This record gives sequence, C-alpha cells and structure tokens, in this order.
Amino acid sequence: MQGKMAIVGDADTIMVFQAAGVSTFPVTDEKEARETIRKVARDYPIVFLTEEFAEPLKEFLKRFDEEAYPVILPIPSGKDTGYGEAFLKSAMERALGVDILFGK
Amino acid sequence: MELKKLKARLTTAVRGHKLLKDKADEMVRRFTVLLRQDKALRDEVEAGLSDTMKSVAVAGSLSPTYTQETAFSMPTVSVEAVCETESIMGVDVPHVTLSEGERSARLPYAFSEITSEADDSVRKVSALLPTLIRLAEVEKAVRLLADEIERNKRRVNALEYVMIPQLEETIKYIRDKLDENERAAVVRLMKVKGNSAF
Repeated sequence: MQGKMAIVGDADTIMVFQAAGVSTFPVTDEKEARETIRKVARDYPIVFLTEEFAEPLKEFLKRFDEEAYPVILPIPSGKDTGYGEAFLKSAMERALGVDILFGK
Repeated sequence: MELKKLKARLTTAVRGHKLLKDKADEMVRRFTVLLRQDKALRDEVEAGLSDTMKSVAVAGSLSPTYTQETAFSMPTVSVEAVCETESIMGVDVPHVTLSEGERSARLPYAFSEITSEADDSVRKVSALLPTLIRLAEVEKAVRLLADEIERNKRRVNALEYVMIPQLEETIKYIRDKLDENERAAVVRLMKVKGNSAF
C-alpha cells in the first residue's frame, strides 16, 4: 500500500510541514479537528496530529488502535504538554504493571 | 465416557495455558524493547521539533506571513510512504518505509523572496521526517501490543483460575461417583452371596 502523510493542527505549526511534502489540514478547534481526522484517516495511512488536539480527543483516537492503519501520531508542537510521556506511562502500566522507564 | 472427554479437555486446557503463558512472556519482552525505542525516538523528535519550531518562528518574524505561506506551500520533495504490516507475535503492526521521489536540492522558491532562516527550517523538517515516521510506527506497535498483552493476560487468567479448576472439580466428582457405584455393586454382591448361603 502506498500512501501519503497528512498533518492536522493549528495553521502556524503545520505550515512548515507542507514544504517537506506532507499534506496539511489546518484546524482551529477540537470539533473541527475531530471531523478533519475522520475524513483524513480514510485517505492517508499516516496522520500527524499536534498534541494540544490529541489530548481532548483521546477517546476518539482510541478507535484507531484496533487496526495497524491508519496511524495517528500525536506530535509535540513546541508547547510541552507532557502527552507523550503520559501515553508511554499508561501503555506500560497496562501491559506490564510496572514502571521501567521513569522509575528513577 | 464423559470422564474421558473431560480428561482430554483438561490436558488441552493445560497445554493451552502453558503456550499462552510463554506467548505472554515473549510479548512482554518485545514490548519492553519497543517501549525503550519509543521513548528514545520521542525524545529525539521532541528536541528536533522544538528546534524546528524555533527556526520557523524566527523565519516568520523576518518576513511577512503571506510570503512565507506561499514559499512553504510548494513541497521540495514528494514523499511517499510505503505502508506494509509485519507481525510481532501474531499482532499486525505497521511497517513504513519512506520512498522519496526525486529530491531537488534546490529550495522551491526564489531566494530573493525568503530568508535563509526559512530555508533552514524547511531543511530541518525534511530531516526530521524519517524519525517522525519511525516514531509513528513504533508508537502504534506499542499501542497494539499493549492491547494484545492485556487480552492475553485475561485469557491466561481465565484458563488458570476458572477453566482448569472447574474441569478438575468435575473430573473428581465423576470419579468419586464411579467409585461409589463400584463399591455399592461389590456390597450388593456380597449381600446376595450371603443371603443364598442361608
């Protein structure tokens, strides 16, 4: 399967990705992000999403975890939200029950 | 008859339990490896992206927004992601390879209209893209594997604490009943013999 990549997020952050060959879909609020992802996920196997939209859409994004594709990846957008760390932690606790990364 | 059937089921259950347990061990091992990878990649991406965002901000402050927008809207490369799946312990995880179209070394705009800071940020983003893809791949694998481990754990527990004890109990009950019947038959025989002796 061949595919392109897409990025969903606020216009300022994602603009520069266009230059790298990623299709950009600017959104302004949570609701718009949800609609856009739903549409975009059909055509693009890989979708990047800026973290500030990933946090409120957590439950919605879970439904994409059933299959290998599409991959929705929350990426940090400059502002540190700690989302990535929180995600790793929850996955680790669910599967192992112990903290092996942030233990110290 | 029923006893035989149940015994067969018990051996299957025990064997299945052992296999699932082995599977769980191996999955956990793979999972820890992936998790460490994910962490490293995420740190890398976070550092790279904040760096990029900084240079974008600088570039943005040096030229008006509309020139920047037009400059960035022409992609330098056409990046195609080849998406396949590979299997980790029976879980399908994405495997992505980037196939870049012909890469023009030149930036997609005239040098007169944009600053070198913008060139820099474009270059940085392009360099970051493979890492981003890698992260997407690993992170999805982590998610899928975590789900699978959880499901597997539930299966192992169901076998260990419900299926196997239940089967054992039924087998014991039937065996007791059969023994009881046998004893009853012996006693009855003895009684009959004793009666006829009179």
